[in-house]
Amino acid sequence: MTEHVLGIGGGLANVSRRHLLAGFGAGVFVLAVGMPATAPAPDKKFGADGMPNGWRDDPAVFISLAADGTVTVTCHRSEMGQGVRTSLAMVVADELEADWGQVRVAQAWADEERFGNQDTDGSRSLRHWFMPLRRAGAAARTMLEQAAAAQWGVPATEVRAENHAVVHAGSGRSSTYGALAKATAELPVPDRGTVRLKAPAAFRYIGKDTIGLVDNRDFTTGKAVYGMDARVEGMLFAVVARPPVYGGKVASYDAADALKVPGVVKVVSIDPPAIPSEFEPLGGIAVIARNSWAAIKGRDALKVTWEDGPNAVYSSDTYRARLSEAASKPGKAVRNEGDVERAMAGAAKRVTAEYYIPHLAQSPMEPPAALVRIVDGAAEAWACSQAPQVTRARLAKRLGLPVEKVKVNITLLGGGFGRKSKPDFVVEAGICSQAMAGAPVKLMWTREDDLHHGYYHTVSVGRLEAGLDAAGKVSAWLHRSAAPTIGSIFAPDAKHGLPFELGMGLVNLPFDIPNIRAENPEAPAHVRIGWYRAVSNIPHAFAVQSFVAELAHAAGRDPKDYLLELIGPPRLINPTKIGDVWNHGEDPERYPIDTGRLRGVIERAAQGIGWGRSLPKGSGLGIAGHYSFVSYIAVAVEAVVSEGGRITIPRVDIAIDCGPMVNPDRIRSQMEGAVIMGAGIASSAEISFKNGRAEQNNFDSYELTRMDTAPRDIRVHLLPSNDYERPLGGVGEPGLPPVAPAIANAVFAATGKRIRQLPIRDQLNS
Amino acid sequence: MTIFVLNGTERRYDGDPDMPLLWYLRDELGLTGTKFGCGVAACGACTIHLDGTAVRACQTPVSAAAGLTVTTIEGLSPDGNHPVQAAWRELNVSQCGYCQPGQIMQAAALLKETPDPSDEDIDTAMSGNLCRCGTYPRIRAAIKQAVKGVRL
Repeated sequence: MTEHVLGIGGGLANVSRRHLLAGFGAGVFVLAVGMPATAPAPDKKFGADGMPNGWRDDPAVFISLAADGTVTVTCHRSEMGQGVRTSLAMVVADELEADWGQVRVAQAWADEERFGNQDTDGSRSLRHWFMPLRRAGAAARTMLEQAAAAQWGVPATEVRAENHAVVHAGSGRSSTYGALAKATAELPVPDRGTVRLKAPAAFRYIGKDTIGLVDNRDFTTGKAVYGMDARVEGMLFAVVARPPVYGGKVASYDAADALKVPGVVKVVSIDPPAIPSEFEPLGGIAVIARNSWAAIKGRDALKVTWEDGPNAVYSSDTYRARLSEAASKPGKAVRNEGDVERAMAGAAKRVTAEYYIPHLAQSPMEPPAALVRIVDGAAEAWACSQAPQVTRARLAKRLGLPVEKVKVNITLLGGGFGRKSKPDFVVEAGICSQAMAGAPVKLMWTREDDLHHGYYHTVSVGRLEAGLDAAGKVSAWLHRSAAPTIGSIFAPDAKHGLPFELGMGLVNLPFDIPNIRAENPEAPAHVRIGWYRAVSNIPHAFAVQSFVAELAHAAGRDPKDYLLELIGPPRLINPTKIGDVWNHGEDPERYPIDTGRLRGVIERAAQGIGWGRSLPKGSGLGIAGHYSFVSYIAVAVEAVVSEGGRITIPRVDIAIDCGPMVNPDRIRSQMEGAVIMGAGIASSAEISFKNGRAEQNNFDSYELTRMDTAPRDIRVHLLPSNDYERPLGGVGEPGLPPVAPAIANAVFAATGKRIRQLPIRDQLNS
Repeated sequence: MTIFVLNGTERRYDGDPDMPLLWYLRDELGLTGTKFGCGVAACGACTIHLDGTAVRACQTPVSAAAGLTVTTIEGLSPDGNHPVQAAWRELNVSQCGYCQPGQIMQAAALLKETPDPSDEDIDTAMSGNLCRCGTYPRIRAAIKQAVKGVRL
């Protein structure tokens, strides 16, 4: 193991920057670098090992200690509302025995060589980083103890770190972390295997509800800086007119009027990308101005003739019919157990239903925005990116710079939901800066841009068929899922789902049915398809959990009991044994599907809402449960449908079993948010296309949940887990998939009307 | 020339009078607490106070502020401890935080007009302010919590 001491003041430019970011003066000590990077793993890598650039647990990377005792934890994951800056710091601070009042959080720039993987997606920040960051904190604590023991000339085993100080019980001596900072920085980092982690019973912050958000004051005083807010001296402002149809390009343009708008500085043509366009900008005409208003007015004054290309044929109504037709015929089999055809033929009753969910836009409240400048052949960006390293690589490539000459600072994200995993907008800012000889340019997307040129959630038809025996038990199950794939932004003519999409509730269905088949018919893409919070779990959970309630009705059974029977007895299912080779990237041995845990959350949500209680006419209860991101969630909904067909949701109970918890309050807030986003998907959100163009322009036509339409009383049930030996599950995404089907099932209970198409909008109007 | 008082300081503006206050605040003055979310007064992220009334800065031309007082999130309270701000922190309302300055300005205006709002009052006042993270239940709870502080 290589060990070297960085020494006081640090030899690394980025280390000093870290402290500038945190607003510190002198007297900062950096821990020595010692631990090797990601350990070699066997062929198939899982979890953090399987992510690009893996993980790090070197305390020097994540922790610095100042002479005044301030501990700065560097958060290398993007903050987009999940509370990761608070939660990761809690993990480090707890193992470090730090006093929370003396902990600060700095945001890492894009550098996966240094920090390990930074892709903030897939609900995996804590799942992948809980243990590495515990080790980092524990290693730093060990070093503080060693430094104190050396000063006092006592064995390290006799001293103990406790609440920001090291104490020696035998002599009563005590030294603060600040006083030990210098000596600690000179010590080598101990070997990973020798570092003693805390016993969970001794946790001060992990699993407790005592820590507020580190950004609370900035959030509430307007000081929080998002990509949209990044500023440097002399910066310009840009917006882009992009082809209204995916794959289209500029046929001709006239910028004369745009250039007459006071404040407009330059008009720049951006080349169209090769199709599929991956993460590249869509091309078009950029207008660069002295302020945002002039840029927007200048863009309005552009005269552009577009050449639409082949995707101008795309219209949502005809495309839905095409998906429906594809789902009506056998498609590519992706799971096949038993003999579905024979069992269907022998069934006492057969039930078929088809479900549709339109495209959705992530629409984070902060539209994509980034600032880039280029000085002396080096680019610097400030971006609200969920994918820092990908952003850095794409920006470097497009600007023709070596990656070492590109620095990407990560701002706060005003929401992400998958949109900001794609760095096209940062590359656009880079192109504009380059066109201005490197002058700083902040490029922003307007809301119209966000809805017209998105990386949309897929549009889907799910067709389900089941055979029931005479007792009403399911003997055969066939699920066809037809939806354009995210793979279509990377591979020409990709028409089938990728393993990760199929492993989101299609092939990994944990039901106890002897004959089961899943198929994935062809579905070509005509727009950019992208990740949207929970991704393909949304259509799969909607179809499956709605269909289960339909089957219960056909069998004359209680939907909750029927769902539990379909799941079957508590058991562990190895996902690879049922055709899911992905399992959210996790080791199937370590993360089997535990049907007992799925049953547990369903029972808890049902208990919470008072399942089975009698309700007045027009009210009903619905339930749905879903496994995703290696967590288990169930949602129970009370819906009221008025005579005029208006839905209100007075009560939702959502239960989550995500394994051991780090920050319960942020788990609750993610569940609350998932319920509200899911209510919007159920009731009003839709992006539709006509002649290749998105039909919604802004929040007046892309209707999202508001205060008056939000479920009123949301109760979150966290299934307790104090066993920190068990692996963590995801939190940010898995709450969403069961919400819409639970609402649809409640609507059925209230009205007898089965919702098979989202959004519900005016379907209940009588 | 448009003259108005912004967060207690007189401002003289002689640019395009049609420019929305939003862009003057953000781009020219660097007061980025007022957020851009939609540009069409459909999300409330840019909510400010114009003579004490909540308005959308994206649809308020600078000229409309002539002779009036403008308050942004940066000027809501001298120390950032307005009862609404304090309640927001106590209940950890924020997720991504982006819409919250607008929510806070809207809530502060509500409590000034209606010191003890009902749920219906909250619905009416707050439904123009979108939150994509889904913090509405905590916003409602924080408004009720702030009521106690406002009464002090």
